[in-house]
Amino acid sequence: MPLLEVDNLKTWFHTRDGVVRAVDGISFALEKGQILGIVGESGSGKSVTVHSLMGLVPSPPGRIEDGNATFDGSDLLQCSQREFRDLRGKRIAMIFQDPMTSLNPYLRISEQLIEPLVIHEDASREDALPHAIEMLEKVGIRDAAERVHSYPHEFSGGMRQRVMIAMALITNPEVLIADEPTTALDVTVQAQILRLLKELRDDLGVSVIFITHDLGVVAEIADDIAVMFRGKIVEQGSALSIFENPKHPYTKGLLACRPRLDSTFIILPTVADFLEIVEAEDGETELREKEPDLKQPEPEKKVADENEESLLEVRELAVHFPVRKSLWRGASEFVKAVDDISFKIFKGHTLGLVGESGCGKTTTGRAILKLVEPTAGEIRFGNDFLQHLPPSAMLPFRKRMQIIFQDPYASLNPRLTLEQTLTEPMAVHGISKSHAERRDRAVALLEEVGLEAAFLRRYPHEFSGGQRQRLCVARALSLEPEFIVCDEAVSAMDVSVQAQVLNLLKELQARRGLTYIFISHDLSVVKFMADTMAVMRAGIIVEQGDAEEIYANPRDEYTQQLIDAIPRDSVKSIRKRVA
Amino acid sequence: MGLYVVKRLLQAIPVLLVIATLTFFMVRLAPGGPFDEEKKVPPEIKERIEKHYGLDQPLWKQYLSYMSNLVQGDLGPSFKYAGWTVAELIGSSAPVSLMLGLLAMLIALSIGLPAGLIAALYKNSPTDYLAMSAAMIGICLPTFVMGPLLILGFSSGMGWFAPLGWYTWSDMVLPSLTLGLYFAAYIARLTRGGMLEVLSQDFIRTARAKGASERRVMLKHALKGGLLPVVAFIGPAFAGIISGSFIIETIFFIPGLGRFFVTSALNRDYTMVLGTVLFYALLIIVLNIIVDLVQAWLNPRTRLE
Amino acid sequence: MIAAKQTPGASLWRDAWRRLSRNRLAVASGVTFITVTFICLLGPFVSSFDPSKADLQSSYQPPSADHWFGTDGLGRDLLVRTLSGGQISLTVGILATAVSLVIGVTWGAIAGYFGGRTDSLMMRFVDILYSLPFVIMVILLMVMFGRNFILLFAAIGLVEWLTMARIVRGQVMALKNTEFVEAARALGYSRLRIIFRHLLPNIIGPVIIYATLTVPAVMLLEAVLSFLGLGVQPPMSSWGLLINNGAEKIDVYPWLLVFPAVFFSLTLFSLNFIGDGLRDALDPKSSKD
Repeated sequence: MPLLEVDNLKTWFHTRDGVVRAVDGISFALEKGQILGIVGESGSGKSVTVHSLMGLVPSPPGRIEDGNATFDGSDLLQCSQREFRDLRGKRIAMIFQDPMTSLNPYLRISEQLIEPLVIHEDASREDALPHAIEMLEKVGIRDAAERVHSYPHEFSGGMRQRVMIAMALITNPEVLIADEPTTALDVTVQAQILRLLKELRDDLGVSVIFITHDLGVVAEIADDIAVMFRGKIVEQGSALSIFENPKHPYTKGLLACRPRLDSTFIILPTVADFLEIVEAEDGETELREKEPDLKQPEPEKKVADENEESLLEVRELAVHFPVRKSLWRGASEFVKAVDDISFKIFKGHTLGLVGESGCGKTTTGRAILKLVEPTAGEIRFGNDFLQHLPPSAMLPFRKRMQIIFQDPYASLNPRLTLEQTLTEPMAVHGISKSHAERRDRAVALLEEVGLEAAFLRRYPHEFSGGQRQRLCVARALSLEPEFIVCDEAVSAMDVSVQAQVLNLLKELQARRGLTYIFISHDLSVVKFMADTMAVMRAGIIVEQGDAEEIYANPRDEYTQQLIDAIPRDSVKSIRKRVA
Repeated sequence: MGLYVVKRLLQAIPVLLVIATLTFFMVRLAPGGPFDEEKKVPPEIKERIEKHYGLDQPLWKQYLSYMSNLVQGDLGPSFKYAGWTVAELIGSSAPVSLMLGLLAMLIALSIGLPAGLIAALYKNSPTDYLAMSAAMIGICLPTFVMGPLLILGFSSGMGWFAPLGWYTWSDMVLPSLTLGLYFAAYIARLTRGGMLEVLSQDFIRTARAKGASERRVMLKHALKGGLLPVVAFIGPAFAGIISGSFIIETIFFIPGLGRFFVTSALNRDYTMVLGTVLFYALLIIVLNIIVDLVQAWLNPRTRLE
Repeated sequence: MIAAKQTPGASLWRDAWRRLSRNRLAVASGVTFITVTFICLLGPFVSSFDPSKADLQSSYQPPSADHWFGTDGLGRDLLVRTLSGGQISLTVGILATAVSLVIGVTWGAIAGYFGGRTDSLMMRFVDILYSLPFVIMVILLMVMFGRNFILLFAAIGLVEWLTMARIVRGQVMALKNTEFVEAARALGYSRLRIIFRHLLPNIIGPVIIYATLTVPAVMLLEAVLSFLGLGVQPPMSSWGLLINNGAEKIDVYPWLLVFPAVFFSLTLFSLNFIGDGLRDALDPKSSKD
């Protein structure tokens, strides 16, 4: 008898622009002690599903149109707000994606931890506090008795998520819903949290619904998997069967398009290779399977000519930020974001810069472009040294060196049309004499990145994240640069869109002879893109060299840690786990 | 914390000196002097009076002597009110204004905060619209309309309160109410806005996911953050009450500090102008310190300083 | 790939306008405000009465068929006085707000963009000015430059720009570090271009909202100054002056207060509600998908 059984759940949003069928008839079951992974990209409806189960769907405009969710005999979807309040936090608990914003910054951890006990078991503060401390210890926080009185901002991201888990489990609920709990965390911290969740499941017998967009994560942790796409579950089954023998074309595409450490793809397959989406007149969509054409071009190993000089060379680069500046005194303390690093890149190659948050990789990228002033060291680009150049002297170099940022939603001026965004750089640098000429070049750029010419007169907010990022690529190309810094350029994307953008970047590199610095925290992505690699930690490079070499034989312990932390998602490792 | 307060007060000293200098020269720029509009005095006597007050000295000398007196704590005599020093005048009237301000602020908070909270709790309901419209009325009616209306209603009309003076507790009701209602309106709107802002944040969703009732969510989780804009408003508002209370003081015949702000400028009573300006500046500085402390108490993240 | 929405080129302004037009209170307020302005502009031309001509025979008359609003102490028709007073009050409100806008936006944008020492100095200056009591400053300014009508709104504007500068500075500092501004720097755009083409258009929202809320604040200030006798001088009138005079005679000739007060309050109400509506309509959160 399953603990929770969902049958034909439909949650629709009635907006002024029409009805959005966020969840459109899904059914699944959760057994006691089971970890069910719900996998899907953005817009698939996975979050709305669990919000519906918890009564957290904002109601207008959302409405549960149909279905039932049987939990211990009663239907969750028929519950009143009052009944939900009794359930939430007591029998069904939930943790969210971003622990910084999900914890109340104004209250101490102790207050927030004991709250479920105070609400549901009428416990007094004195009685509840020892439980809180016990839970904190269980989730791995040292010195729990002291730290329980801290505020959320005094903890790191990983620790805050542990606190959220403690808070959710303190009443010993039967179901824990985890909505993208590790997405905002570094990969090593993610590995720890996943291990913790598995331990707690074994220890407390709690059932877990784990929502994520990351197939690797779900391979590590889930017993069973449900794959969601556009509001429907397209496939579900045991973790092993999904990975070993996917049946639905979307699942196949999703599995294939991830860059993996052991894959040898030069061009990544995309979901579109497996799946054709046909939009019918009545709003219904039909999914047709395609035979993927996974032909790969001949692998070319890029060799650096020993006699040739590198395009970019960085020597003993340091970037220090002052901590506190006052009107009269200079700064007393410094944060050494980048502390004495050196590397070089040859023309046409890609250097992968890898590390966790705060390691200085982003600052390095910005320093090379002089968006941030370097404190010390040398930056040689071609035959010129950039480190001492004032902003006015950087102008000719701006044509040759460009950057693509992480967040496609923040990278475009929302008030400018696509045409304006693309032609403005040309106008500023005097490329093309007439407006018409610039427009033509803008059209060519759009088509080069896979967008349509008709998009010129539209505004950024009308496009999806993937399309916006392509536009940022087009903008970067508008000045015909030789060198581009890709700063976590695909990190904010769904994996299917990520594959498309990565393919685009590689294609552009081959066609235009571009040189890249590819910055990312995702080792698998970096392996796909990079020829040479540098691993950064706390402002220094701990290891650098040929990318393949480093992955095969890491010399530094930290590199090994990073590689170990990548979720094990091969069929072999899943088989070992569930055996 | 005590060290922090002392540090802030010390930082204030150069600011006060700058203000004193600015004001000193600004007042002198205005045409006319303190003794022009007296009943016709023969020029020789006027000269003697001016000499007595040191007004015949070159300007920079007057400035230096004023500043040196200032740092010793001497604000000088009032040019207009013979026989009184500035310090005495401020000292006798400031407590009245402070009292008025305090009462008005108390009324404002006790009406405005609950109104704003209720409006936020029942957002977009008739209660919300009613509360916010009432608040709007409070904002749009100037005190010199509200005052006479209240006098008309409660004093002449109902005979409950005397309309003038500041002798007994009942005298204080109408003027405090007039001022208080005005600020209550602002506080209600700010509270509502602040609460709604906080209620849209992620940690409120977490609280609800824990099974907290709406009341608990409002009072325990949202309140601290929601009050921040109100606290930021109260500091300068209180100072504004003190300096702007002259309308109330005129209507209700209260011997407060407000009128000196106006009369001293109109009369070119230089020392009085400087005295009131400095008092006001000091008040603002102290209020800013208090506001910052309260905000740090509410918001633990700002305590890092 | 999700295709773009059907309506091409729908800029954010159009989205905001759509949202605003659905807000019934804001629309009603907008209509009210435009109506009042219209009446005030045209009314005195249409009326047969002269707002400044005295007619002592008909002083203090209650509302009647001849004089819809009654007459004041000098026998002048109150309706036409209210309307011409409205012209003055609205002009002062809008012009003073314009002055404070220009100074405040420039000051705040420069301080916010350049940051560092420039910012500290500029905002310290603002802090000091903030510590000066408004009343005294305006009195001194008025007295220094004479009781000129034009200088009235200059004086008010000079005081109101402070808050505008703070708001603009805050907005600019928040935007300065977003990626599209960094992209602009990476593309080699000049600082001036970045400030005017990339930063300012994106903070116009809060600026407009605050400006809409400043106009009523200025009108209130003008009323306060009239109380002091420093506002608009007779024979010109403003709502503030009329209300002051009316308040004095509230128990005997209530219409003297009521009619100007109603116009005044209606205008302030509608401007405040429009400002609120703008704030809701321009909420950037709804434009992300």
